[in-house]
Amino acid sequence: MEFSEHIKTANVEDVVLRRPFHPPMQGTLCVTGHHLLFSNRDGDSSRLVLLLLRNIDAIEKSVENLLGYSSLFSSTGQSQRPSVSSGTITLKCKDLCVLQLDIPGMEECLNIARSIEYLSSLDIVSDMYPFFYRPLKLSLQDQWGLSSPEQNYAQMEELQDRWRLSHVNKDYSVCPSYPPAVIVPHSIDDETLVKVAKFRQGGRFPVLCYYHRKNGMVIMRSSQPLTGANRKRCREDELLLQAVIDGSGLGYIIDTRSNQQAQQARMTGGGFESKSSYSCWKRLHRQLERGKVLQESLIKLVEACGDHSHSVDRWLSKLENSKWLSHVHTALATAGLLAECVERDGHSVLVHGSEGTDATLLVSSLAQLILDPNTRTLDGFLGLLEREWLLAGHPFQHRCAHSAYSHARLRLEAPVFVLLLDCVWQLARQFPLAMGFSEPLLLRLAREVYASDYGTFLCNSDQERCAAGVKERTHCLFQFLLKPSEREHYSNPLYEPTELAIWPSIQPQSLQLWRGLFLRWTQHAVHLEKAQEELRNLVIECRGAS
Amino acid sequence: MEHIRTPKVEQVRLLDRFSNKSTSGTLHLTATHLIFVESNADGAQEIWILHHHIGSVEKLSLTTSGCPLVIQCRNFRVVHFVVQRERDCHDIYSSLLRLLRPVSYEELYAFSYNPKQNEQQREEGWQLIDLGAEFERMGVPCDQWQLTDVNRNYKICETYPRDLYVPITASKPIIVGSSKFRSKGRFPVLTYFYQEKKAAVCRCSQPLSGFSARCLEDESMLQAISKANHNSRFVYVMDTRPKLNAMANRAAGKGYENEDNYSNIRFQFVGIENIHVMRTSLQKLLEVVGTRSLSVNDYLLGLESSGWLRHVKAVVDAAIFLTKAVTVEGASVLVHCSDGWDRTAQVCSLGALLMDPFYRTIKGFMVLIEKDWISFGHKFADRCDQLDGDPKEVSPVFTQFLECVWQLTEQFPQAFEFNEWLLLQIHEHVHSCQYGNFLANNQRRREELQLKDRTHSLWAFLLSEGQNYLNPAYCHTYADSHPVLEPSTLPCHLKFWRNMYHQFDRSMHPSNRQLEDTIMKLEARLQKHGISPPPQTPRPPKDQRTLLNHTRPHSLILGAPLSLKEAQHQEEVGEEAKKCCSDTERTVEGSSGSERKESYGDLQGTYGANVEPAVVSLEFGVARMTC
Repeated sequence: MEFSEHIKTANVEDVVLRRPFHPPMQGTLCVTGHHLLFSNRDGDSSRLVLLLLRNIDAIEKSVENLLGYSSLFSSTGQSQRPSVSSGTITLKCKDLCVLQLDIPGMEECLNIARSIEYLSSLDIVSDMYPFFYRPLKLSLQDQWGLSSPEQNYAQMEELQDRWRLSHVNKDYSVCPSYPPAVIVPHSIDDETLVKVAKFRQGGRFPVLCYYHRKNGMVIMRSSQPLTGANRKRCREDELLLQAVIDGSGLGYIIDTRSNQQAQQARMTGGGFESKSSYSCWKRLHRQLERGKVLQESLIKLVEACGDHSHSVDRWLSKLENSKWLSHVHTALATAGLLAECVERDGHSVLVHGSEGTDATLLVSSLAQLILDPNTRTLDGFLGLLEREWLLAGHPFQHRCAHSAYSHARLRLEAPVFVLLLDCVWQLARQFPLAMGFSEPLLLRLAREVYASDYGTFLCNSDQERCAAGVKERTHCLFQFLLKPSEREHYSNPLYEPTELAIWPSIQPQSLQLWRGLFLRWTQHAVHLEKAQEELRNLVIECRGAS
Repeated sequence: MEHIRTPKVEQVRLLDRFSNKSTSGTLHLTATHLIFVESNADGAQEIWILHHHIGSVEKLSLTTSGCPLVIQCRNFRVVHFVVQRERDCHDIYSSLLRLLRPVSYEELYAFSYNPKQNEQQREEGWQLIDLGAEFERMGVPCDQWQLTDVNRNYKICETYPRDLYVPITASKPIIVGSSKFRSKGRFPVLTYFYQEKKAAVCRCSQPLSGFSARCLEDESMLQAISKANHNSRFVYVMDTRPKLNAMANRAAGKGYENEDNYSNIRFQFVGIENIHVMRTSLQKLLEVVGTRSLSVNDYLLGLESSGWLRHVKAVVDAAIFLTKAVTVEGASVLVHCSDGWDRTAQVCSLGALLMDPFYRTIKGFMVLIEKDWISFGHKFADRCDQLDGDPKEVSPVFTQFLECVWQLTEQFPQAFEFNEWLLLQIHEHVHSCQYGNFLANNQRRREELQLKDRTHSLWAFLLSEGQNYLNPAYCHTYADSHPVLEPSTLPCHLKFWRNMYHQFDRSMHPSNRQLEDTIMKLEARLQKHGISPPPQTPRPPKDQRTLLNHTRPHSLILGAPLSLKEAQHQEEVGEEAKKCCSDTERTVEGSSGSERKESYGDLQGTYGANVEPAVVSLEFGVARMTC
């Protein structure tokens, strides 16, 4: 495809760029297939600002010589505009930054706006920037991804007598959103798995996602069973679950929907594991919001953070109204419950909601962070994300198509992954020594998941990634983050490994708004960031000396 | 001693405020403390509660498990005991009621507290903070400001200190005249001098202007303040009250300055609410955050409806206004409220903290409190309810000031030499009455009580263990680049101060031994290359323990802002939880009929073999399992 046909005006001189923390800059604006390029030549030094078009969530334009028209679109804080025909474009980015471009010439302004609108929302995967990103220091021959299901399995020797690696999904035919290999009970053969898959939504049959070394208990995840209105049963499904708790005799099912929602799901063919068919399993319902509700919550939160009114009451009521912290609370509480079932109560747990690709992954990965020290290192955490989000089939492309500013009609967007990062941040804040990675890593991930130079978060599943050639034709973010040059920056200098579970406090008083993400672009954030950086250096210095 | 009927009660249960956990132990009542000793063999926890810290004691109605006794402390500790026999409970209750209402200063702990110091050390302790030297540091006296001896005998104003600084052009008759025109005689005096612009921060009480009264001496006084500053042609007069309140005062013959009568003043209301509003607001806040199983939404709504953060913002905003007027415009400012000892103290001291890096050091912060709060007569005895007094006079004005400072330390992690722990310790001792510094309402009364001869100084104690209060992120050169702090008071930058209001709630601060090991390791490492970590404090004598043992965050070097600080919030071990889980009351999802009380330990052994319905208590939720 040719991007150039969508670029009517490629260059404009004398554009003024306004962005947080910097004085306005005058220079040349250039539109390319994937970037906005702003360069400013000030004497000998020249500065370059590069903005990935994919990062743009919403664009607002106002043109000066269309009277009446301009006031409709005028955004706040622009008082003095050039007098002749000109326009202003406000770019609201997915990393929550807001930029403004004052462009001389109405025609140029509209052309550029049109290009941005089109090029920022490409939806063919192979057109996206990761397929064009070719930095000198990275090679496409480098390993893509950190580990494979095979490697993961091989590393966990202690589970191998009761659990096996099944390749039943090797051509993605049994479950399109699963990886080619999954871990299942030894006694369950592939034929049975195929039947179970037919009984679970999207073919997501129960698979192992965590083995608790201390007591041999496991966390399984799946999608909802398709019991439907007439309470269909599936022998094989029951067998599989029975095999999971073989020996211990009891298990918990954490359903991430309310009891009522689960009941209602039966009307549309879904359902839940009934007491009569799964007598050894105890269901616990914990309602986690997903989809539209979560997206709207993020939109409201970002809106609240952008409101610089001085009323404390208004701020608190907007924060409350966004419900974001409630979602954080529920996610952590449910993960805590899950971890508690495994660690303190000593039972295996199956977790699912309806599709098993959102709240399910959120809860299971948070529980692993609570329980498993190996997931709290930098490598371990990225490995967890790879296993529990990328390979497990969280539909990133659908969920992260748009962020909080977009005016586009919501379809499948939901900030589940951002919610995960927020919860992880809360954990790291409560246990500052327990995590091997730092807040900048979480912030970086929050940015990359929406717009990236790397192919890691492209597509919705492993299958799609393979089909699109992501692994051959793009670079892997996780591999990059683990390079020695980057590793330093994303490690936590205070890290002191602990074998213990980290039980977070989930009292509302213990939860905080993630300022680093949501208030990042307020003036105040600068010196806090600076202080953090200096503190970090101090700690590193101390460590180096000892 | 005669008030103590039962010195010891055994098998008392201590309930956790936020979870179903409880521990049992023995309750001791001594002349100064209420002590709870956990009966658990190793690592038994002790809780020492100083009688002065107890704000209220409440005996709830008898339950099947015993007689509940709820004690609310002024340091925001809330303990809930269940005493088996009602008679014991009543004895403790009535003893406490008497013990926590001392009627004379001599009954206060400071008069009996003896930290094993000799007389010379004690005296030296009182000399550590010298306000004369502090004014010298500011550059006063100078060609425009002088020390006056008018109040040498507390004759002009008995709530002011003896040494006062006034403009050189303010003659004695002007001072006397002005003081007669000001509520409680608190005439305008210097409290901070901004040398760079020769601008002064002065403080006073409201004028007795009523609807039309004027006083030429008072007008001359303000004129003198104005003339002492050549940088500005006018003086700001900041009335820190809401306009409505100030106007209402006019009916009582008080009020505010009429701009027509005073030449060259700029009058400004800044709208901080009075002590009664603040008291109610904090009460509401504590009610909200004291709720069990509080939802996030109720928490945020409660935070909003309490108004507490709104008031904190108002105080900081006023200080910012003051700072800007002085440092940017170079104008002198006169600050007052009604009597000039609550809001005025808050605004003057916070303003000085923003303007002058010295006050952001440990010593400087003590000087600031000594100057603006203690010497200028903030009524600590009344506000902190030291003696059995009028409950309407009690108000968390000083707590609020400390919170404002904390909000600033959160915004400027490198600007303060001290950490949060110093603020918490000061708060603790303002209420403990263990040291003489904060006793009584003003300097005159303190001299009558001979506090310097009969009690010890808190500053000496705090300075002696100053290393505990060091902020590792403190940057000495920060003051050079940021002499004046410009905080943001955008609502989203104000936070709830969990470590103050939940300092003693264990379930909110999980801790474990592993963490302490980590800290020791880190300290050792620091020591290796000369960054001195705090000394390992030896176990203090018993009477001090309440302060050291239980209120100290587990992290000392990590007691810093930013991520370091949360170290105190480290891992809660499974073991500990198991221990605490015993003997709990449980709500059971979907349960019907009788529930069996089962300890977690019992359950583990019998699980699977037992065909009886078993109940599992989970901290994060409650589940019931049927085999």
